[in-house]
Amino acid sequence: MKSIPLEARLIAAAIYFIAAPFIGGLLSGVDRVISARMQGRKGPSIFQGFYDIVKLLSKQRNCVNKIQVMYLGSFLFFIIFTGALFFAGCDLLMIFFSLTTANIFLAVAAASTNSPYATMGAQRELLQMLAYEPMTLLTAVGFYVATGTFKSAEMLTQIDLPAIVSLPGVFVGFLFILVIKLRKHPYDLSTSHHAHQEVVKGISTEFSGPVYALMELSHWYENVFLMGIVSMFFINNNPWSILWSIAASVIVYLVMILVDNTNARMKWDNMLKNTWIATMVLGALNIFILHIFK
Amino acid sequence: MSKMKKSPWIMHYDGASCNGCDIEVLACLTPLYDVERFGVINTGNPKHADILLITGGINTQCESVVKQIYSQMAEPKVVVAVGICACNGGVFKDCYNIKGGVDTTIPVDVYVPGCAARPESIIDGVVKAVDILEEKYENMKKKGGKAH
Ligand code: SF4
Repeated sequence: MKSIPLEARLIAAAIYFIAAPFIGGLLSGVDRVISARMQGRKGPSIFQGFYDIVKLLSKQRNCVNKIQVMYLGSFLFFIIFTGALFFAGCDLLMIFFSLTTANIFLAVAAASTNSPYATMGAQRELLQMLAYEPMTLLTAVGFYVATGTFKSAEMLTQIDLPAIVSLPGVFVGFLFILVIKLRKHPYDLSTSHHAHQEVVKGISTEFSGPVYALMELSHWYENVFLMGIVSMFFINNNPWSILWSIAASVIVYLVMILVDNTNARMKWDNMLKNTWIATMVLGALNIFILHIFK
Repeated sequence: MSKMKKSPWIMHYDGASCNGCDIEVLACLTPLYDVERFGVINTGNPKHADILLITGGINTQCESVVKQIYSQMAEPKVVVAVGICACNGGVFKDCYNIKGGVDTTIPVDVYVPGCAARPESIIDGVVKAVDILEEKYENMKKKGGKAH
């Protein structure tokens, strides 16, 4: 059994740490340009995300309370930790637990301000977590049943067939929760990229200037990590598979933009119902069948 | 380096306007004018905004609201008065409840006249406002991060 040396895994994590903000920022720019084109507009430059961050960082520092910055800092830290674990090839269960911890910090940061809109956003964020958590766990379990390991590095070296072949249901289920995680319509309940109004902007209401930049930055890190999970479905022990798995995650991202622009926001109970049904039918059934026929 | 110029986020507040100017402000977001190509975002949150766009004059009811929105915005910030009502009260000037233009309540940096102000002139006003924003940022930096 081949395995990837520790140095290579550490380097992959370091590359993630340095490159993810740039990739994430570009992805957000591409998202805005394509969305604008879909609506018949020209749209901003694809570097708009970077312009926004630079501006936010140079604005006046206005914090509602001191602890808020610490919570948001922890959010950023745990998101980077999650992504670094993933790209270093660690245990998928550990990775998803770390992701949950990060998001709890975000909700707490918003709730700590006591502002009605931010608190509502925090509650909606918790509802979103309730909706997507089962599927993230099933994704980890699915990878285990299909490949015999929880470690993302070992999956890379051991499997001949990409996981998508045995886990199509889990993949589609994961796309469902990806909509929530990327904060896209119809499930962008806690905060949205469009229509920057009160309830819609929810969780980020009380973050301003540099503090808000922190949240955006974490979001970019998170997006790159999620795209990494998407490519896990397409990777096998052939080194060239990295190329087509990246291509696949780009296509998935474009599909997400399309979904974003063709759907209206749903109520939280619809989100919960739909994602749980998808989790049960697509995720659980897929793993069950796989387990029986293995 | 122009840090402020490329991403002006706008907060639109409707004082005592007749809604004519508001429709023109929103028209700027439509595909025909598409201000997002300059990085403009129409935000509803003063804490995220750089530019406060006010249409209509100030009456006794909205005075405190305007003051509060202005005080919640992070420095550097710029105020644009859109439409002749926001500049000096316009046709409503002599009403018993109207105090006058926006500058009776908060400092205004750019005046955009017109009844209603056309989208082209609103965009022009925003472009001017962005320059002032940049200037204010430079001043803020000189004073060591402290505004005013
Ligand atoms: S300037 Fe004219 S269009 Fe604009 S709010 Fe005043 S009356 Fe209405």
